Amino acid sequence: MSVTPLIEMKNIHKRFGGVHAVEDVSISLYPGEVVGILGHNGAGKSCLMKMLAGAMELDSGEILVNGENVTIKNPRDSRDLGIETIYQSLALADNLNAPANLFLGRELMTSMGTLDDSRMEVATRKVMHRLNPNFSNITDPVRSMSGGQRQVVAIGRAIYFDAKILVMDEPTAALGPSETAMVTDLTKQLKSEGIGIFLISHDMHDVFELCDRVMVMKNGRNVGAFKIDEVTPDDILSLIIIGKLPEDWQPRNQV
Amino acid sequence: MTNKNTAVTKPINKLSQLLKASELDTRMLAMVGILITVWLGLNLATDGIFLTARNLYNLSVQSSVVGIMATGMVLVIVARHIDLSVGSIVGFTGMMIAWMQVELFPVTAAWNWPFTIVIGLLLGVVIGALQGYWIAYKAIPAFVVTLGGLLIYRGAAFMVTDGRTVAPMNTDYQLLGGGINGSIGATWSLILGIIAICCVALLMYRSHKNRINHGFPAKPMAIQIALFIISATLILGFVWVMNSYNKPRSDIARGIPIPVLILIVTVIAMTMLTKLTRFGRYVFAIGGNPEAAELSGIDVKKVTMLIFALMGLLCGIAAVITTARLNAGVNSMGLMIELSVIAAAVIGGTSLNGGSGSITGAILGAVIMQSLENGMVLLGAGSAERQIIIGLVLIAAVWFDTLYKAKQR
Ligand SMILES: Nc1ncnc2c1ncn2[C@@H]1O[C@H](COP(=O)(O)OP(=O)(O)OP(=O)(O)O)[C@@H](O)[C@H]1O
Ligand SMILES: [Mg+2]
Repeated sequence: MSVTPLIEMKNIHKRFGGVHAVEDVSISLYPGEVVGILGHNGAGKSCLMKMLAGAMELDSGEILVNGENVTIKNPRDSRDLGIETIYQSLALADNLNAPANLFLGRELMTSMGTLDDSRMEVATRKVMHRLNPNFSNITDPVRSMSGGQRQVVAIGRAIYFDAKILVMDEPTAALGPSETAMVTDLTKQLKSEGIGIFLISHDMHDVFELCDRVMVMKNGRNVGAFKIDEVTPDDILSLIIIGKLPEDWQPRNQV
Repeated sequence: MTNKNTAVTKPINKLSQLLKASELDTRMLAMVGILITVWLGLNLATDGIFLTARNLYNLSVQSSVVGIMATGMVLVIVARHIDLSVGSIVGFTGMMIAWMQVELFPVTAAWNWPFTIVIGLLLGVVIGALQGYWIAYKAIPAFVVTLGGLLIYRGAAFMVTDGRTVAPMNTDYQLLGGGINGSIGATWSLILGIIAICCVALLMYRSHKNRINHGFPAKPMAIQIALFIISATLILGFVWVMNSYNKPRSDIARGIPIPVLILIVTVIAMTMLTKLTRFGRYVFAIGGNPEAAELSGIDVKKVTMLIFALMGLLCGIAAVITTARLNAGVNSMGLMIELSVIAAAVIGGTSLNGGSGSITGAILGAVIMQSLENGMVLLGAGSAERQIIIGLVLIAAVWFDTLYKAKQR
């Protein structure tokens, strides 16, 4: 019996003028799985995920969600398919406060059809508390928050809406150790709930703690996809830097 | 030394705490301060003419056109755009209304004036939407599209009657301009004032209850009561001034002018639009970070187009008041008014970098602008001097905005 993958991206291409940002990349994601996408700066990781999120149009290739061919033309399409994305740029409106950002595009409304700011604030407090109990300045514009607090808002926004698929583009880049630990716990919990997660990270420790499989990209190409127990951090580094495994490599779990 | 310092900082701390608790914008307070200064200064310079009921009545009527348009300009600028064509749209829609009302249809017919108003407003919406379409869907900068619009609709205004003035308008229609009979009388003004005070009380009570229900800290009672008393005094003071100006050669009080009522309704509607609806929230989100707005699933293009359509509608309303006030269609209507409108929005705290601004602020800005114009006319300044002053005020307002931002960082 085989499970249908939540996501299948097949032969994805994306060019910017002469730059082949993503070249013939295929990748899948199953329920309850964390797939790491690794690679040097500019390898094409974010581009690949933006095409899934609807933030970027693909040149060619197919995306299947739950086995069905879909076209994702804009972020709304992606959200409607149950895909939530934490962007590397965070994508926050700096002049609005945390509740307004968390619910941006999906505001809670009163029975009279007006914005229900109080209810959004209460809900935001709950989500934020889960990630960072010290969050106090929730009604200030996010402009006045620290980088880590802003990142927590962006993460909160992605987890609030019961996603089936979560894309996390360097979600902990600006976080302190305790917040990072909480995001790690959260990721494990979401995974146990059967959510599929794409995780972009440069942190080998996180990758080996969380991922079931990894794909390494170099100059837009997939240079290797493995189960996590087949490789060591050194193997991954070798793939990231020179795009090859060491000469004498064998799957580590078979040695 | 130290003693002196603490003595100075303590009251300042208390004051800033008080301000924070009252949730009043310091910037708004600064503007109120400027307005009071301008008024007192002009009153001195004009030997007390400025602050007479008669002049304040005229000032309120003059402010309504710029004020109505400024509420829309706030949204345009918040969303990181600009609209330079608003004056020309007033000119064109105004000429169209006047021409239809006076020359195309029988001017005395009862259906004529409501019908021509509707057509005029629709025309404003269509023109605005069309410009918005080029800006949003064809990605042509608003500066360019509306600069083109400034020329196009000024030219179109001329072409409606080949530059001829069209007059007189329908007699009922004239009331909308706030002329001799264009106000609602003392009794109704008082009734409206009392209703307004009740509304303020109700709103404050509901927001208080809402905060308590959700477990948020409530504003201190003393501050709430103080705010209520200030609002009630302002409302009653306004009614009193409007009721103190009589119709010519009589002792019948005029009361609140109709254009000011239109302004008040516009302000309430626009405030609700910005604070209570998705559309308003999206306008601010787009201004704060257009990319984030797009990634959040907001249809940025549609919202942008709607902003300009709304601006067009407000120009249409301004055109109605202008033609009714002049009792004619003149093809120079709205000439250069875009500058006053933009200045009103900017003086009122709308940042040219986008993302922040308020309707109330813009109204204050409009009143400040019109006070200067009105005061200069009283002082016998010609249009040349007035233009220079308004230009300087505009630059000063943006400079102030830059300073304010730098200090906040
Ligand atoms: N909007 C764009 N226009 C032009 N080129 C782009 C654009 N976005 C990305 N690129 C190019 O595509 C390539 C891949 O970029 P991408 O952002 O996917 O890298 P990345 O793997 O996420 O890197 P990082 O680890 O630094 O986030 C880069 O060469 C980049 O310059
Ligand atoms: Mg990236």
